[in-house]
Amino acid sequence: MTTATASKGRDRKTGASAMLPDDTLLGWLRDLVLIREFEIRTMQAYSNAQIGGFCHVYNGQEAVVVGTFAATIKDDPIITAYRDHGHALARGMDPKACMAEMFGKTTGCAKGKGGSMHMFDRPNNLFGGHGIVSAQTPLGAGLAFATKYENEVLGEGEKRISLCFLGDGALNQGALHEAMNLAGIFSLPVIYIVENNGYSMGTAIHRGTTMSDKLEAKAAAYGIESLTIEDGMDVCAIYDKFKPFADACRRDQKPGFVDLKTYRYQGHSMSDPQKYRSKDEVGSYQELDPILTLKGQLIEDRGCLTEEDFKAMQKEVRAIVREAVKFAENSPSPDPRTELYSDVFTDPLPNSSPSGPYTHGEANHLTRGDA
Amino acid sequence: MANLTLVQAINLALTQEMEADDSVVILGEDVGLNGGVFRVTEGLQQRFGDHRVVDTPLAESGIMGTAIGLAMNGIKSIPEIQFEGFLGPAYDQLVNHGARYRSRTRGAVTVPMTVRVPVGGGIHAPELHSDSPEAIYAHTPGLKVLMPSSPYDAKGMLISAIRDPDPCIFFEPKRIYRAFREEVPEDEYTVPIGKAKIVEEGSDLTVVTWGAMTIQCINAMDSLPEDLSVELIDLRTIYPLDVDTIVESVQKTGRCVVAHEAPLTAGLGAEISALVQERCFLHLEAPVQRVTGFDTFMPYYKMELDYLPEAPRVAEAITACAAY
Ligand SMILES: Cc1ncc(C[n+]2csc(CCOP(=O)(O)OP(=O)(O)O)c2C)c(N)n1
Ligand SMILES: [Mg+2]
Repeated sequence: MTTATASKGRDRKTGASAMLPDDTLLGWLRDLVLIREFEIRTMQAYSNAQIGGFCHVYNGQEAVVVGTFAATIKDDPIITAYRDHGHALARGMDPKACMAEMFGKTTGCAKGKGGSMHMFDRPNNLFGGHGIVSAQTPLGAGLAFATKYENEVLGEGEKRISLCFLGDGALNQGALHEAMNLAGIFSLPVIYIVENNGYSMGTAIHRGTTMSDKLEAKAAAYGIESLTIEDGMDVCAIYDKFKPFADACRRDQKPGFVDLKTYRYQGHSMSDPQKYRSKDEVGSYQELDPILTLKGQLIEDRGCLTEEDFKAMQKEVRAIVREAVKFAENSPSPDPRTELYSDVFTDPLPNSSPSGPYTHGEANHLTRGDA
Repeated sequence: MANLTLVQAINLALTQEMEADDSVVILGEDVGLNGGVFRVTEGLQQRFGDHRVVDTPLAESGIMGTAIGLAMNGIKSIPEIQFEGFLGPAYDQLVNHGARYRSRTRGAVTVPMTVRVPVGGGIHAPELHSDSPEAIYAHTPGLKVLMPSSPYDAKGMLISAIRDPDPCIFFEPKRIYRAFREEVPEDEYTVPIGKAKIVEEGSDLTVVTWGAMTIQCINAMDSLPEDLSVELIDLRTIYPLDVDTIVESVQKTGRCVVAHEAPLTAGLGAEISALVQERCFLHLEAPVQRVTGFDTFMPYYKMELDYLPEAPRVAEAITACAAY
C-alpha cells in the first residue's frame, strides 16, 4: 500500500512561485476549484444518466495541470489521455463546451461526437484526450517535431515545448518507448509528464511496472533528462521544480520526462468497486488536498486570501459550473441525418454509405428516444 | 442446468476448462484481482492462483505476443483484450505472427490460443469501445473468428475454441453480456467451430447474421406479417464460414438479407453476398440486401442507435427484399 508524503522543508520563499504576484497564485487556486467543482457536477450528471459512455474524473490530480501549464505559453501544444477534463479547463476551454461535449450535445467542443475522453481545443492548442492508452505519446513527439521544424526550418514561431501527459499505466505500452527513443535521437522538445497516481485501473504501479520507485531510469535509457516531483499535490511545489526544467527544454529544444506523483480520489471510472485500495489510503492523500494546500499557503504565507474570499471564489465558480450544466442540458442533440456522417472526409464520398445508394436510413430514426 | 447470462456462461466455460486442463492459462489487464473490466473472469484467480490467471501490465502487444509464445510452446493461452479497439496495439503480434506460424513452419509450430475480446455497440460507449472489426480478422487467413449470440452457444463455442489447435478470436458481444439468461447445462459440451445455427426455419427469405444482431433480427421478424416466412441463420463462426448452411437456405428461399453492425463497405455482408451470387445465382429472386452500420465511426452515445442497424431497419430491409 502506498501512503501520502507531504512536502516538508521545501523553502517556499525561494522557489520560482515565490516570485510570482498574488494574482497569479489566486488564479491557480481558482483553476483548482473550477476543476474540482466541474468534476463534482460531472459525477452528478453521470449518475443522472445525462452523461453516457465512459467518464474518468480528475479529482485529486488538479495540481498537475495547473502547476505545469503555468510554465507554458499558449502556443505550446498539449496532448493527453482520456482523463482530460482538467486539461481542457486549465487550458482555457469554456466549461460550457466541455460539459456539453460529455452530454453529447452539438455545442460541445467536438459537436458532442467525442465525449468525455475526447476533449479537443484546437484554438488553445489542446490536441485532445485519447482513449487508447499511450496512443498520445508518439503523437506528442510529432507535435514537438512540428514546432521545432517551424521554428528552426521555416523560421516561424518562437521556441515551443509540447507537453504530453500520460498515466503510470501508459508507461508500459510499447508506443511510449518508441516515442521516447525518437524524441531522444531527434532532440524533440516534448516533455513526457507521467501523472503517477499509483494505479493503472486496479493494478498498483509496482505490480505492473518495473523500476516503479525509480521511473527516471526509463528516461535515462533514452538519453532524456528527467525530474521527479514527489509532492505533486502541491501546485507551488510542481511549479518550482517544473518551471526551470521546462525552460531548459524550451531553450535547448530537447525532450524531458517527469515522474509526477499524484493521486486520484475517485475510482478509475464511474464504475469501479475499488477493491484494490483502502479508504485509509485515499484519506491520507485527501489530507494533502491541492486546494486546501494552496489555500493555506495563500492565507498563511502570503496573507492575500481570507476564508471569506475563498468562499466567494467557490460561490462564483459554482455558479459558472451550474451554468455549464444548464447550458449542456438546454443545448440541442446532434441531428443524425447530417451529423452521423459529417467530418469523415472533407466531403461525403459518392457511392459510399449512406450518401450513396444505400437507403435503409429512415427506419432507424423511429427508434430514437429524443430528438 | 442453470439459468445463466452470457458472462456467467463464459465464466463457467473458463472455469471448467481450467479445471480439466492444467495447461490452460488466462492473462490480461486486471483479469485477476479485479475479475476483468466486465467481470467475466471473476473468481478465477482466487480459484486457480495468480500463476494461471495472470494480471499483466497495460501492454496489448506484449500480452498478445506473450500469449502466442506460450501457445507456441504448448500452453493453451487465453489472453483477454479489454475492448476491441485495443486490438490495435496487438495487431502485429496477432496478424503478422500468431495467425501465420502453422503456415510459416509448415505445421511444425502451432498456436493453440484463444483471444477473448468484448465487441460491438449498444452499451453507450464511444468509438474504440463499440466497434465491430470482425471482418478484419476474418480477412486474416490462419485465424478462426467466433461470435456467440447466446449463453448456451457461448459456453460450447468457447470450449471448442480453447481445445482447438489453432488461434481463435472469440468476440463477446457486450450488448448481450447481461441482457438475458438461458438454460446452460452444467456438464461440459461443445458447439462446433464452423457450424452456423438455424435459429428459425422459414421458406420465403433468409436472414444471415451473428452476435448481438441476432437479437435485433429476431425482434425485426416479430414485427413482420405472419405470412412472411423468414429463415434466420446465426453464423456463430464468422471464419471459417458455414457456406453449406447459407447456400442451402438461400437456394430454398431465393432471397437473402445480411445484417451486421460493422460499416457497409468491405464488411462481411459483401463476402456473403458474393458467395450467394456465386452459389445461388439461378435461385435468386432479389438482389442480396445488406443492412449494416455506416461508413463512418461509431458515434458517441446520443447517435449510437442511429448508427446501429436496429430491428426497425432490419425489418425494412427484409420487407424490401421480400417485395422485390
Ligand atoms: C490500449 C488500451 N488498453 C487498455 C485500455 C483500458 N484502460 C483504460 S484506462 C486504463 C488504465 C490506465 O491507467 P493509467 O495510465 O495509470 O492512467 P489513469 O487512469 O491512472 O489516469 C486501462 C487499462 C485502454 N483504454 N487502451
Ligand atoms: Mg494511473
